[in-house]
Amino acid sequence: MLGKLTWAAIPFNEPLPLLTGAVVLIVILAVLALVTAKGWWPYLWREWLTSVDHKRIGVMYMVLGLVMLLRGFADAIMMRTQQAVAVGDAHGYLPPQHYDQIFSAHGTIMIFFVAMPLMIGLMNFAVPLQLGVRDVAFPVLNSVSFWLTATGALLINASLVVGNFARTGWMGYPPLSELPFSPDVGVDYYLWSLQISGIGTLLTGVNFVTTILKLRAPGMTYFRMPVFCWTALAANLLIIAAFPILTATFVMLLLDRYLGMHFFTNDAGGNQMMYVNLFWAWGHPEVYILILPAFGVFSEVVATFSGKELFSYRSMVWATLGICILSFMVWLHHFFTMGAGSDVNAFFGIMSAIIAVPTGVKVFNWLFTLFRGRIVYRTPIRFAIGFMVTFVIGGMTGVLLAVPPVDFVLHNSVFLVAHFHNVIIGGVVFGALAGYNYWFPKAFGFTLDERFGNASFWCWLIGFYLAFMPLYALGLMGMTRRIEHIPDPNWRPLLLVAELGAIVIFSGILCQIAQLYVSIRTRAQRLDLTGDPWNGRTLEWATSSPPPPYNFAVLPRVETIDAFWHMKRMGRPPIGPAEVEPAYESIEMPRNSPTGFITAFFAVVTGFALIWHIWWMAILGLLAAAVTVLVFGWSDDREHAISAAEIAQMEQARLGRGRPA
Amino acid sequence: MTIAAIDTGPAAVPTELARGRGGGGPAPKRIVVAYGFWIFILSDIVMFSGLFAAYAVLSGNTAGGPTGPELFNLRNVFIETMCLLFSSYTCGLGALSAERRQPGRLLMFSALTFVLGAAFLVIESTEFAGMVQKGAGPWRSGFLSAFFTLVGTHGVHVTGGLIWLVYMAAQVIVKGLRPVVLRRLLCWSLFWHALDIVWVGVFTLVYLMGDFL
Repeated sequence: MLGKLTWAAIPFNEPLPLLTGAVVLIVILAVLALVTAKGWWPYLWREWLTSVDHKRIGVMYMVLGLVMLLRGFADAIMMRTQQAVAVGDAHGYLPPQHYDQIFSAHGTIMIFFVAMPLMIGLMNFAVPLQLGVRDVAFPVLNSVSFWLTATGALLINASLVVGNFARTGWMGYPPLSELPFSPDVGVDYYLWSLQISGIGTLLTGVNFVTTILKLRAPGMTYFRMPVFCWTALAANLLIIAAFPILTATFVMLLLDRYLGMHFFTNDAGGNQMMYVNLFWAWGHPEVYILILPAFGVFSEVVATFSGKELFSYRSMVWATLGICILSFMVWLHHFFTMGAGSDVNAFFGIMSAIIAVPTGVKVFNWLFTLFRGRIVYRTPIRFAIGFMVTFVIGGMTGVLLAVPPVDFVLHNSVFLVAHFHNVIIGGVVFGALAGYNYWFPKAFGFTLDERFGNASFWCWLIGFYLAFMPLYALGLMGMTRRIEHIPDPNWRPLLLVAELGAIVIFSGILCQIAQLYVSIRTRAQRLDLTGDPWNGRTLEWATSSPPPPYNFAVLPRVETIDAFWHMKRMGRPPIGPAEVEPAYESIEMPRNSPTGFITAFFAVVTGFALIWHIWWMAILGLLAAAVTVLVFGWSDDREHAISAAEIAQMEQARLGRGRPA
Repeated sequence: MTIAAIDTGPAAVPTELARGRGGGGPAPKRIVVAYGFWIFILSDIVMFSGLFAAYAVLSGNTAGGPTGPELFNLRNVFIETMCLLFSSYTCGLGALSAERRQPGRLLMFSALTFVLGAAFLVIESTEFAGMVQKGAGPWRSGFLSAFFTLVGTHGVHVTGGLIWLVYMAAQVIVKGLRPVVLRRLLCWSLFWHALDIVWVGVFTLVYLMGDFL
């Protein structure tokens, strides 16, 4: 009746996950009780859960990413602590099979449910505003994307208390991830949660490429688009070209596990290295899916806070597109040790080193933008400068690892761990935090507290160096990754420094929570009434903070890059001369739709049933999801009109508040 | 979406610029929908390319089991292929009828398309069943796993396409050929033609090259 699911799935004998699970469950129940008691359900359902507004969906992505960051960080500090104490005769507090789940969950969650939602969240929020349009190409699909991502996150967290998670590392390499070696549900949790969220990500890619290529304000030619839109375009093109490979690869592994096929098995003609190749044919572009939008954020932030046009806009665009293409030609550098021979390794080594060229172009462009700029130091630009220093170091260790003979020495060592944390924290996380601080006032109408923002930046920066520079040294000393016991006591001092670094990063996270809390408490003093708190350059600052549902009452006319800056220079308010009431016309906006939420609900049911081999439930869930899609596919009436009079009224109320009449 | 509203926006857009391109402002909904669906099809083809790559890698790994030439019946596969190719032709005739607002003809051609697609599926499942009976199921060897997965994934797509076709016929009957239905028909026919293109790859790479090389 319930497949493989029995009471044995709940880890009663392991206090740590059980306690964590109980606490999480209590927190969730408390939140639900609070929402019920306060009667917030109708508001939540109407304004958020069923919203198809790209700004709301962007905010929900960010919330998901930040909450999952806490989960992923909890895993991180547990690993750091284990490695700091389990030295020599001591064996620490985590048994190996638990430690293995933690590092697998840490990687999976940080990549798929922290970095991806944060980047997609920023794109969702900012891209349509920067393009000067009213929503993405397919608003309901956008909501489906978000809810499928949330489904994946939910399933992966359910593995904490019901069953277990994969013990294979976040790449799930076979043959370890095959049934004979991982017979329990851990790998199935991994595979199904990533398959479901992967569909969501793919649909995001389709949506954003269409939006950027087909929906831009009048006059916005490609070379007038903000750089963030370019990098979002590149990232989404990569999503379309790379995520289906991951889907196909996971389908094969699932067929091996569920139907006894032989794609990656040891026997009957399977080939494990094919998995590794296919995985990284997705995996390397994925790195750029994450970092390119971050590059876009930094480009916006550096130009805005230097009060200057971005240095060499065109070379920035071409560098972005160059990276986009090169990212598909380097996948083999993740496994030089496969033994493909010196010619193949040399090719991939050289291609990997070449990626440093367009990236270097970008770094110089940011530097020259800052040069002789009138830099206004705020949290976003601090993260941008911290990024430039940190990312260059991470990039250089990357070029080092791209040399095949060096890689043979450092493969699977913590040197590699230090390298990719160097680029992902220094690049993606700093980018997400810069973007969060930069666009927060646009989303909510008030700025974030600078003191706590500054403190969180310094904690992140110093904490990062303390936590990961020792790992470079330890890697050179021969320490391999993913070990739950430290055999060599000489490594201990550096591991203690790394532990200290993790604690400093934790203080940074606490500062951010405090920043949010303080900012909300004091929001009355930090209102952004102008819609343009940073003296911005691009169109998102041309509308109020927060923007109305339709973003722009009249679509802006674009004549240059940095369109809003140009409008300000010309003394022209973006929406027509203020003394003349613009001629409003009625606007059609997409209606709210529960399709995304309902699809995700059935995706959770189906995914859970498939993980536990509850076949009747899987079939029912799948059928219900299909019916949801069919019902949506039948509907015609997906838009509602806001009349010109209503818009005039809303605009009056909105503009009367802040902008000089 | 808001495109309809954006289209009726300020009239100062230079008329020589095509909408949705260059600086011409947002594209009309028909373009946006078809464009988005094109991109989705591209992503689907990338997924197939992963399965093709797996087949190319594993096609020799028969693990002592049957090989392609021992299993394939090219005569049946040829008939199967013709069914699918002709279904694309009738699908195209259907699209022309839709363009001329002839729902009767459209439904007739859709019925033909359905029959041809269903015939394809029947032949394919017979082939699969025969192979499983001979002990050459997907669990026999890496080669057969890759074969069943590649060809079977295409078959699943065809099945989905047929369900979608019935659904579209119902929409044509109930709603008539309004713009929204026409847009959905356009997406459906794009999907159906794409499956043909994938099949040309399957036919060549799996059956022809498997049999002769």
